Amino acid sequence: MDAIKVDKLTKRFNGFTAVDELSFGVETGELFGLLGPNGAGKTTTINLLSTLLKTTSGSAQVAGYDVAKARDSVRKSIGVVFQEPALDSKLTGRENLEFHAMMYGMGKAERRARIDEALRLVDLEEKASTLVEKYSGGMKRRLEIARGLVHRPKVLFLDEPTLGLDAQTRRHIWDYIRKLNREAAVTIILTTHYMEEADYLCGRVAIMDHGKFVALDTPAKLKDLLGGDVVSLEIEGNAAALEEALREVDWIKKIKLHEDVFSLTMERGERRIPELIQMAQGLGITVNCVHLRKPSLEDVFLHFTGRTIREENAGQNGRSGPLMRGHGGR
Amino acid sequence: MTMAISTIAIYVLWLREMKRTMRAKSRIVGALAMPLFFLAFLGLGFNRMAVPGMSGGVQYIRFLVPGIIGMSLLFSSTMGGLSVLWDKEFGFLKEIMVAPVSRVSIVLGRIAGGTTTALGQGVSILCISMVGGFRPRGIVPLILAFAFMVLISTAFLGLGLIFASRMKDMQGFGIVMNFVIFPIFFLSGALYPLGNLPVYIRVLTYVDPLTYGLDGLRGALIGVSTFPIGFDLLLMTAISLVMVFLGAYFFEKSESA
Repeated sequence: MDAIKVDKLTKRFNGFTAVDELSFGVETGELFGLLGPNGAGKTTTINLLSTLLKTTSGSAQVAGYDVAKARDSVRKSIGVVFQEPALDSKLTGRENLEFHAMMYGMGKAERRARIDEALRLVDLEEKASTLVEKYSGGMKRRLEIARGLVHRPKVLFLDEPTLGLDAQTRRHIWDYIRKLNREAAVTIILTTHYMEEADYLCGRVAIMDHGKFVALDTPAKLKDLLGGDVVSLEIEGNAAALEEALREVDWIKKIKLHEDVFSLTMERGERRIPELIQMAQGLGITVNCVHLRKPSLEDVFLHFTGRTIREENAGQNGRSGPLMRGHGGR
Repeated sequence: MTMAISTIAIYVLWLREMKRTMRAKSRIVGALAMPLFFLAFLGLGFNRMAVPGMSGGVQYIRFLVPGIIGMSLLFSSTMGGLSVLWDKEFGFLKEIMVAPVSRVSIVLGRIAGGTTTALGQGVSILCISMVGGFRPRGIVPLILAFAFMVLISTAFLGLGLIFASRMKDMQGFGIVMNFVIFPIFFLSGALYPLGNLPVYIRVLTYVDPLTYGLDGLRGALIGVSTFPIGFDLLLMTAISLVMVFLGAYFFEKSESA
């Protein structure tokens, strides 16, 4: 059974279309990512699926229940971790979970067992009796993830689960999310605008822009769409002769020359590098530097939208960081 | 959407309010200090003066005690209703909104919590006044006074909820305080008998719900009231029911995200 089934889901706010005729399905047990810049409609999609917002048109089913017709059944089947913290900071960690569990109608013994289990999963057992206002950002996020799990939801929504966290904490949260998906067999839908997050965590990724999906597949397949890896060679010698030779090779899909750096697109670049170097040496050309780059989801996003996700978020800063300038000094 | 009332949800929200209140010691002190200062300084300052427009023999401080209790109930319960805005601001409201409980239960839980806090404040002020020499007229009038305190609290909790549901953030908070709550306070007869006001202002006092709550409270506590107590009780009951209903209605209609 599909954990989520969405058909032409649409949400308009005063004429602005935030989610535009979205249709997709998520299978039970999947870790599904919604990737896109701020304002792409990711959070609105989550809010629609978690019954916080009413749909304008189209339909959506979560855990087999219609979000418009069976709100309470949907609510019982899901856990949500919102983008902004939604904890009561004047209560302790345990109290936050306790109140949550009571709201979901759990008896005392069951509550105790599941809260302990959830706290253990996110390593917060020792901080359980501390007021949440004394927690760090990462601890708060972990507590929220624990809370989203206490009532054993079938589907867990994580809206930007690592936004604003430092790299180390982010890595920890990623591990928790993976653990959850594997051990607790929870279907997880997460939104993110971090490419590496979607790449590392998700089985399938939907790239979202202006309320629509522009692509939907596994991270690997999405990257394959770009035609493979980019190998760059910094050379000394007759560039024109080498270019001519390279044009004869059938496994090279694209050749670009910028000053004395070649950028070559091909599949499985790591296996082709020795051959390339031999070829250059045969022509009496020295290779000073070789650089291999596997395409990232960032490139995929760029490919589908014509923009980098960071320039989309930063606005005026223009392109952030060159994708490839050849001087691979590593 | 089910309309089923979940007692456990009401209890959880009530318990949350109690824990939060008990932990905010400085807030409790602050909430009691202001009304007590009013009572002490206004009461002592004006005590030698005969209260204008009152049937003779009532000391001003005796007149003032129910007024100040009403004042603290008004402020505390309106704030209790408006505190939904804090939950909106700090995100906790979303957590409540995705829980599988009806909106009505959420509203009732909030009213239960806010009313208890407000009543705690009102009763504390009454007790402190009694330590200071205020003598109520017996057990039955005390119970009656308590009933009026409950009605005043629920009515203004409802009012606070109505405003909170219509507002997006805390921006409008000052406006509500200055243009709604303070006029309600000054026009209610908390500080002086309304009989002295010019006729055109007195009309306004009659549409002020707190007027009837205070009149009943004063009638119960010191035996002096403008309207018959039964009339006050009936009208206040009706007002609080309407306010709670409207509060629930607007809260239900507001989308949290």
